[in-house]
Amino acid sequence: MQNHARSMNTLLNKTLTAPFVYLSFMAGLALFTLTGPVYAVVEIAEFSQPEYEARYKELIAELRCPKCQNQNLLDSDAPIAEDLRRKTRSLINQGKTNEQVKAFMLDRYGDFVLYKPRFTAATAFLWLGPFVLLLLIIVLLVRKIKHKQEQEMFLPSQANDEATRIKVRNLMSNTPSLNRDNSESDNSTPNK
Amino acid sequence: MAENKKTRLYIIPLLAFLGLAILLGIGLTLNPKELPSALINKQAPDFNLPLLNLSTEQVQATTFSPTQYLGKRWILNVWASWCPSCRYEHPLFNQIASNTSIPLVGLNYKDKPEDASQWLAERGNPYNAIPSDINGDIGIEWGVYGAPETFVIDEQGHIIYRHAGPINARILEQEIAPLFPTLNALFNNKP
Repeated sequence: MQNHARSMNTLLNKTLTAPFVYLSFMAGLALFTLTGPVYAVVEIAEFSQPEYEARYKELIAELRCPKCQNQNLLDSDAPIAEDLRRKTRSLINQGKTNEQVKAFMLDRYGDFVLYKPRFTAATAFLWLGPFVLLLLIIVLLVRKIKHKQEQEMFLPSQANDEATRIKVRNLMSNTPSLNRDNSESDNSTPNK
Repeated sequence: MAENKKTRLYIIPLLAFLGLAILLGIGLTLNPKELPSALINKQAPDFNLPLLNLSTEQVQATTFSPTQYLGKRWILNVWASWCPSCRYEHPLFNQIASNTSIPLVGLNYKDKPEDASQWLAERGNPYNAIPSDINGDIGIEWGVYGAPETFVIDEQGHIIYRHAGPINARILEQEIAPLFPTLNALFNNKP
């Protein structure tokens, strides 16, 4: 009976897993073929000097596609990104520096094209804001800690209840620099 | 005193939250596609492009340059036959052309001249000149990132207005018409 059940089970498993394996294989294949065209942007980039290519790659990663909301020229398939990549290549081949290429784009498309915004009056808050905030937090924190330390130091000594007073006295007597009343505490301890 | 301090402590996060909410609220209601043009109030970039054959004003040989319109206030519309929203805004340019004498230039952007001619033959040609920017290089000079886009250039050759995307009746009436007395009069005479 048990044996029969087991063989039924394996049979069931086999009949179920075979199509499943097949399906997942097909799904994997489909995924593989689907992801293929993502890398279909192949442009022939020719540069007159080898160092230009590295600069080109750096620039198109840093320049933003104006049509797309959040893609750089490198990633975008938009026609304008293609045109701007071509323009970038031709400017580099003309011997323009990275700064000159960026200035060219900036003059035509504005601050939006730079993923790293320039430091201007309008972007000062963006650049300095975090540091100002950090400074503010540090100042407030230091003040708060100082205040708390002072409270911890003075409040117990001014405490009204007897228990705290005794606690403070014991603490002070055990602190070497503060044990002015050493003799007193010695006296208070039971003699051997 | 202690009460005051306590309320102050509670009010600070509330104020911080309100401030942030207002800032983010403004950010959310802005249209991220409306990029400020880098060219506003600057000299319109010059070019010299061959004209499409069917343009109605073939005065200066067969090319067009913005310098030809110095002293006039004119509209540059960037369009293409492959651009669906150009179809949508085209009737408005036809209306401007038939009701006013505002010079309309249709920069044919990254298009095949034969497709462009066919497109205009079907929909009517409102343009005084149709310079043909086949590879989009002049588009880059003007900071164009897609068709359609509309620019207004003043008498001194400065770009005074730019709209990226299709114009509609509201944009025409509220943003473009005020720049042209003849167009403005047209809207104001209508009840």
